[in-house]
Amino acid sequence: MENHSTATVRQPLILGNKTYHQISEDIARPIEGKASKLFKVVFVISVLLALWGVGCFAYTIGTGIGVWGNNKSVGWAWDITNFVWWVGIGHAGTLISAVLLLFRQRWRMSINRSAEAMTIFAVICAALFPVMHMGRVWVAYWVFPLPNQFGSLWVNFNSPLLWDVFAISTYFTVSLVFWYTGLIPDFATIRDRQMKPRMQRIYNILSFGWSGSAKQWSRFEEVSLVLAGLSTPLVLSVHTIVSMDFATSVIPGWHTTIFPPYFVAGAIFSGFAMVLTLLIIMRKVLNLEDYITIQHIELMNKIIIVTGSIVGVAYLTELFTSWYSGVEYEQYAFLNRATGPYWWSNWSMMTCNVITPQLFWFKKIRTSLVATFIISIFVNIGMWFERFVIIVTSLHRDYLPSSWTMFHPTFVDVGIFIGTIGIFFTCFLIFSRTFPVIALSELKTILKTTSENPKQPHH
Amino acid sequence: MSNKVIYGVFDDEEVLLTSAKALRSKGVRIKDVFSPFPIHGLDPVIGIKPTRLSNAAFFYGMFGTATAIWMTWYMLISDWPMNIGGKPNANWIENMPAFIPVTFELTVFCAAHGMVLSYLLVNKLYPGRKPHNPDLRSTDDKFIMEIQSSENKRVSEDEILSTLRSTGAIEINQKDLK
Repeated sequence: MENHSTATVRQPLILGNKTYHQISEDIARPIEGKASKLFKVVFVISVLLALWGVGCFAYTIGTGIGVWGNNKSVGWAWDITNFVWWVGIGHAGTLISAVLLLFRQRWRMSINRSAEAMTIFAVICAALFPVMHMGRVWVAYWVFPLPNQFGSLWVNFNSPLLWDVFAISTYFTVSLVFWYTGLIPDFATIRDRQMKPRMQRIYNILSFGWSGSAKQWSRFEEVSLVLAGLSTPLVLSVHTIVSMDFATSVIPGWHTTIFPPYFVAGAIFSGFAMVLTLLIIMRKVLNLEDYITIQHIELMNKIIIVTGSIVGVAYLTELFTSWYSGVEYEQYAFLNRATGPYWWSNWSMMTCNVITPQLFWFKKIRTSLVATFIISIFVNIGMWFERFVIIVTSLHRDYLPSSWTMFHPTFVDVGIFIGTIGIFFTCFLIFSRTFPVIALSELKTILKTTSENPKQPHH
Repeated sequence: MSNKVIYGVFDDEEVLLTSAKALRSKGVRIKDVFSPFPIHGLDPVIGIKPTRLSNAAFFYGMFGTATAIWMTWYMLISDWPMNIGGKPNANWIENMPAFIPVTFELTVFCAAHGMVLSYLLVNKLYPGRKPHNPDLRSTDDKFIMEIQSSENKRVSEDEILSTLRSTGAIEINQKDLK
């Protein structure tokens, strides 16, 4: 096509001399092939971690949340830290699939499928924490607006915690259907390959009988676009509402208007770090280096610089505002963060979130897989500490010095957190061997314009 | 004349598009096209009207908004009014700022799910449905044009076949319909 530019300024997004058929082959290979020994080892470890977490869950439900380290002053601790951390990680998936779709960024096509899978699994892990924190999980359905007989009153629509119920359930279900509508045509490609009858039957069910007729495709494109348009404000609203759990309270260090944008930027920042952690391993293990290229890694690193810098500026703004406000409680909250008994968590957060991402200004570092992987781990850790700092340091020294205390996690707190990491990786590993990990039908649409040999991508 | 269906197989979407245009200029009706990915610019050529799914999504969204407004009004203002944190709750409009998040989420929820359900419904997609693409390769790397002879009484079958051949079909298959 003449009107499509074949400019040489942009590097190809798909390396190697690929054909449409080759793309199907490369992406079906992990599904049809046998699992390697390394995969089995990692899978067993993940399942064991998940089971350890399930055991800790069971212990919590059976005994009560007294088995956690939470106390009268620090009523929210690891549970909500982990909840916000996981939800934040999920946000990168939606950002990649929805926002980058609206901005017509073609490089999203190699990574959106796995990033969205990450979103789904991360939100599942996140949702476990507030449900556990209810204590009586068997009445968790009381958070829904059900008739009076179930409780004594209707739910409170003034409460940010209820907003969260609506936000997280909408976010989870909409992300799920967005992901699945994209998966249907790709499942059909897997189905139509000659494979074992039992496998064929499974993919037949998963592909919902997709045939790829012109009408189906025309509706598919419309649905993808509108879902992207709906998901974009949705993802911003979700973390805004999560931040309002804190911001609408009167706790020093929480009661600030900067929270919504600061939380959203932090969420995208941590989410991209997790995407990088996962994809750097996945591209290697599943031989997808031609599709998830160094250029993809570099582009994601650039987003990390942007969001990481926004987070850094937000930290400084918070500090300035607390000083400039003249409110001594607010000032003390920030002084206590930096120099109090939790100084180490504050400085870990500052180092991991403000300093390390700035290394990506060097091209050598942002195009290096090893460096990117290490920094992505740092960001994951830093963003966990950010939530820990916000939650625990603000609560452990409240308005009444006689109730000042420290928070010490118990083995159950640690076990549940490790357990969710196990659940997350178990799900992701299953996904990587049973689902088409790259949106192959979407990728085929850009083959002609972005492959290494654009003039004649096939024959 | 027997009722036949002709499948023109192509291995490039742009070749198929030019072929479809050539056939249409001769007055041939193209029943459908099966492809591994959307072919841009094909819909107007083979006479597919733009979908109205996004209009439907708008109305589902409006339904969500209305539901949320009714729900917050009924539960917190009318049925069991509560004074929470001294926030004004005498009427809905004074309490409305606190209801915005729920209203927004319910709007998105209804628009997205309503649209996806309608999409599955009109596309007849559900678990267990038998796929009806004529060739397994059409979800991999082949583009297949379906022409039914009963719909094309005025153009001879030979002409359709020769046009397909001359415009780049790599393979032509025919099947008799009962």
